[in-house]
Amino acid sequence: MSQVDSHLIEFLLRQGDNPLILGHRTSEWCGHAPALEEDIALANTALDLIGQTQLWLSYAAEVEGGGRSNNDLAFLRDVYDFRNVLMVEVPNEDFARTMVRQFLFDAFQVPWLTTLQASSDQRVSDIAIKSLKEALYHLERSSDTVIALGDGTELSNDRMQTALNYLWPYSGEFFGEDDTDKAMEKRDIAPLPVSIRETWNSTVSSTLDTANLIAPSDPFAHSGGRTGVRHTEHLGHLLATMQTLQRSHPGAQW
Amino acid sequence: MTTTTDEWPLWEVFIRGQHGMSHRHVGSLHAADAEHAIKNARDVYTRRNEGTSIWVVEASAITASSPSEKGPLFEPAQDKVYRHPTFYDLPDDAGNM
Repeated sequence: MSQVDSHLIEFLLRQGDNPLILGHRTSEWCGHAPALEEDIALANTALDLIGQTQLWLSYAAEVEGGGRSNNDLAFLRDVYDFRNVLMVEVPNEDFARTMVRQFLFDAFQVPWLTTLQASSDQRVSDIAIKSLKEALYHLERSSDTVIALGDGTELSNDRMQTALNYLWPYSGEFFGEDDTDKAMEKRDIAPLPVSIRETWNSTVSSTLDTANLIAPSDPFAHSGGRTGVRHTEHLGHLLATMQTLQRSHPGAQW
Repeated sequence: MTTTTDEWPLWEVFIRGQHGMSHRHVGSLHAADAEHAIKNARDVYTRRNEGTSIWVVEASAITASSPSEKGPLFEPAQDKVYRHPTFYDLPDDAGNM
């Protein structure tokens, strides 16, 4: 009997679920953004993220070898099967929180995907190479917005700072470490997330400085998303919307 | 801190396409500054792989001809068909004109 590579599956679900859940959250802006240009830009970002998800979850489904597809993984799993970090599932709240979150996430994704390009697993490397180009543009756009609004008016600065204060305790989870991470490192598939923490710190602190925003000093970090043991109450509501079609009409296609 | 204005200024967008030799006007959009306008143009006008280069110019920087001067400006050219190079045989070697 062949052994299922559960560490690799877990790793791939983490890679795929982050862009899936953030992509869905971002798509909620479609038709609601503060300006037409931002509306289209956000929709583009959402589509990029969902595209990345397709690649990661397709590979996860293949490794799993149980006949499930990437669509099954996206639309038929329940809350506790998801492996995204908590930050991407919290509600958008406003444009400020949406853009600060995008920035904190992009500042992680860029160095992370950069190192994954050298993965010993060819598929992981290929997906990273393709996704990195998109992540680089996302980071450029989100950091510009963080600076423009942070260093904007008193009102925009205030809203960005409020968003940052709310999101900051969710950023520590990016750098979580468990048996899966250790197994990936041992097999040279991915480095430990903590290895890019310095890079993330320096990107974030230089952008926040320029934006006149202050990172909270409290080191407390929420966790439980990337391991699936403790998602926020928001993920269930998100999935109810995202999965409703496949749940109500199983196997529906168009 | 800068002062608040109600609306971003308007920018005209010019894109050079995959096979195009020149930038063509594709439309306009709102943006806070030139860099922002380039990014917005990328997101609004090059989603389907249309472009290889983007120019933006603030709409207020464009001087346009006045519609009321249409007569004196354009009508004199209407009866001067000899200005069209249709009376000459172009050698193939000449390429694009």
